[in-house]
Amino acid sequence: MKQYVAHVTVTLRRSILDVQGKTVEHALHSLHMPALKDVRIGKHIELHVAAPDKDRATELVDDACRKLLANPVMEDYSIEIRELADTGVPA
Amino acid sequence: MKLGVVTFPGSNCDADARHVSALAGFEVHALWHKDTALPDGLDAIILPGGFSYGDYLRTGAIARFSPIMAEVIAFANNGGIVIGICNGFQILCESGLLPGALIRNENLSFVCKDVFLRVESTDTAFTNTCAPGSILRIPVAHGEGRYTASPDVIEELERTGRVLFRYVDANGAVTPEANPNGSLNNIAGIINANGNVMGMMPHPERASEAILGCADGMSVFTSLVASLSQQQAADVAI
Repeated sequence: MKQYVAHVTVTLRRSILDVQGKTVEHALHSLHMPALKDVRIGKHIELHVAAPDKDRATELVDDACRKLLANPVMEDYSIEIRELADTGVPA
Repeated sequence: MKLGVVTFPGSNCDADARHVSALAGFEVHALWHKDTALPDGLDAIILPGGFSYGDYLRTGAIARFSPIMAEVIAFANNGGIVIGICNGFQILCESGLLPGALIRNENLSFVCKDVFLRVESTDTAFTNTCAPGSILRIPVAHGEGRYTASPDVIEELERTGRVLFRYVDANGAVTPEANPNGSLNNIAGIINANGNVMGMMPHPERASEAILGCADGMSVFTSLVASLSQQQAADVAI
């Protein structure tokens, strides 16, 4: 088994008005940063996964996203995953 | 008639729901989120308002996987009456018993006030004692009550008369100002295709006694009693 760390980003679907994002965008513009736009606010979830390889680790996290971490009715998610350096401690 | 009210960690309207259900004439059973069986002969279940599991992750997302929810889902799929109020509505959407989702209010504020609801369908187990088009004054208290669903789901809900309650002004007009949270089409409550599962963001159990200033919410409970009595009389006749 290898150890992986997954970073899951959950955001509201594009079709749903993200009022927090809009509010932050207005605040940025009032701070004279007109170049910044299309602000989206979401959630960041970090978790560790024990899996034989990266594909399996991704599959497990994807399953978790579909079942619990995201609600496909209103949210999209993306997964970034990387192997943790070997700590020398047997898994 | 037996009615169960589920208490999840963080439920805070469970006692009110039990109290008003008893006033309406139900034999009331308190159900616990860890229960793995329902009382025999249960006629209806209420998932009450509150902040189950602290609203962590998403409202209702964790409660949806409580042990009792497997029983509630089986009960609903078998035709049993299930009502979700506020957080209960959010749990029903998360569990897939009702379509759509409830997200952060459009103005990002927690809204706690009386609103006016127009009863859109009166041939249901939850509204049969209401006159068509009647207007109820019932309080809302939520931060995440903006009903949203895909355009095809909204179209189907509207076409099949499954929007049960709509936010309106005192005269019954559907206006943006009367919408406390930005819900699509001013939707405040819906039912499933079979008509046995209902979810609503407003709190009828908080407006069911004249001494509290308004008893409009009682019609939901008296409708349920009327519907179940009629059904049981029909069962006896068979």
